[in-house]
Amino acid sequence: MKKLEFDIPVITHYPKTPAVQPDAMAHCQPFIAKTEHQESLGFPGELVENWHDKAIEKMGELLGKYRSLQVFMDSCVKCGACTDKCHYFLGTADPKNMPVARQDLMRKVYRRYFTFAGKHFPKLVGAIDLTKEVLDDWYKYYHQCSECRRCSVYCPYGIDTAEITMAGREILASVGVGQKYSNEIIGKVFKIGNNLGLPEPALVDTLEGLEEEVKEDTDVDVRFPVDQKGADVLLVTPSADFFAEPHVDGLIGYAKVFHQAGISWTLSSHASEAANFGMFIGSQDNMQRVAMRVREAALELGVKRIIVGECGHAWRVAYSFWNTLIGPFDFLDPNYPAPQHICESTYDLIQQGALKFNKEENDDKVVTFHDSCNVSRASRMGTMPGGQFVIPRALIKASCNHFVDMRQETIHEGTFCCGGGGGLLTDDLLELRIKGALPRVQALHEVIEDHGVTHMAAICAICKSQFTKVLPSYGMGMDMIISVHQLVGDALELGKER
Amino acid sequence: MAIEVNGQSFETDEEGYLANLSDWNLELAGAMAKEDGCDLTDNHWEVVNFLREYYDEYQIAPAVRVLTKAIGKRLGKEKGNSKYLYELFPYGPAKQACKYAGLPKPTGCV
Repeated sequence: MKKLEFDIPVITHYPKTPAVQPDAMAHCQPFIAKTEHQESLGFPGELVENWHDKAIEKMGELLGKYRSLQVFMDSCVKCGACTDKCHYFLGTADPKNMPVARQDLMRKVYRRYFTFAGKHFPKLVGAIDLTKEVLDDWYKYYHQCSECRRCSVYCPYGIDTAEITMAGREILASVGVGQKYSNEIIGKVFKIGNNLGLPEPALVDTLEGLEEEVKEDTDVDVRFPVDQKGADVLLVTPSADFFAEPHVDGLIGYAKVFHQAGISWTLSSHASEAANFGMFIGSQDNMQRVAMRVREAALELGVKRIIVGECGHAWRVAYSFWNTLIGPFDFLDPNYPAPQHICESTYDLIQQGALKFNKEENDDKVVTFHDSCNVSRASRMGTMPGGQFVIPRALIKASCNHFVDMRQETIHEGTFCCGGGGGLLTDDLLELRIKGALPRVQALHEVIEDHGVTHMAAICAICKSQFTKVLPSYGMGMDMIISVHQLVGDALELGKER
Repeated sequence: MAIEVNGQSFETDEEGYLANLSDWNLELAGAMAKEDGCDLTDNHWEVVNFLREYYDEYQIAPAVRVLTKAIGKRLGKEKGNSKYLYELFPYGPAKQACKYAGLPKPTGCV
């Protein structure tokens, strides 16, 4: 277990833009994927000999496939609006973590090989050859972006650095340089069905334990069914919900809600994972292969609805991409959104008066809410614009008496990433994760000081694990971070008449 | 990477987790803990042993609630919680205890 060999950033009273420190994070890169982790995803096992030509060829392919990438390469005017918007720049001061600089890592190469001026007068237009040094820089700095898309909100052209990062990672993986953390995990989904590698017997054993636990706590028989054919709802949730704290209390909350509303539901051992790291590595093929398990399970079990648990990027993939990747969902009940977010489902039940709460159960808490990046900036919930901001907060307010929001520019579409999203939630990037959490921690610190906030609720497995790990570095308790459905489950009146 | 015990070398991954489950033995566990500045007490061993038993049956480390429940039964109810487990394994019970038990590191959003 490595000791920390860097300084924890200092929380200042007001957020500050740091003075740049060139190459401050040039030492930081995640472990490279092993041969087996690469090959099971269809990538070459190690750096290929003709990597230069292959990389340029792949770039050309992506420019043709994704019109957005071509537009993003061409349209930056260097206005600077993005420079102070990235949590990794704010936390590390490395100028290559400014979104424009991250984009330019690829843009310079793009100009050299794909534009007239760059081919003939490279120096005039800042075009450079793709050297091994440039490729190494890509590996480092495309793994210092969590694909959170905050910078794109402030870019007057809407340039989405996340897409450039995804393209960068896909090119890297296609020449043999993938990231160990993400690729090993995707391999486990293909082999076992979830990111953890939790096989069916262990899943069943874990869920039986939870049934006993809830029975002991509440004296109510709340079930956690697996592979129940003919159930109405298939719940697809991050496997961290089975495994880790505080995630598991969110899972208990979902089960209590289904129980109390009389909804027949099931988990699937085949699709025991909502997360889809195929998106993080920019690989549409792998994203589709991961997602396909959900369609297969839904058809096999004969469900009428698919509900997605608290997982940020899973909701982006489900909401924005599932229909193209694994649709159409014409076999599901058209009276419900397909797919539906667990928060939407619980919100609808509250609107119908199907759930009653005893808010005093949460009176020991003053709660704030951390908007997860992928939910906020890449999806929606409910039928109203901004539903993805309103609905989770409505659930918290239905189950808690004390709620306050953090500083306006750090919530809703301006939310800061937790610092561990986009495939970076790995211990080999701990320095980056701690430093990148600074802007969020700063805003949290402010509401702790001003309003006595005791807990921060979230709807993303990565956010929950990340804060559990990094909050102690800033002198805050790891148990400050909780699941929205933990609050819901703790306050829900169980067993009474519906 | 590798770890040396009694002149024998055992292959590990980049973070010091054993490459081969079957290499594990008591001395090796103690040596890995020592590298992290951790002396294994009887209570540490209860956790490590349970992890190995569970892994043997299910091919995965136990979920946190499975672990806390089992430790509560073995060491007393007041110790069956993650706060106690974090006192034993400050780097996180799942990751640190798995390492000494010779198991692979848990992956995913955990």
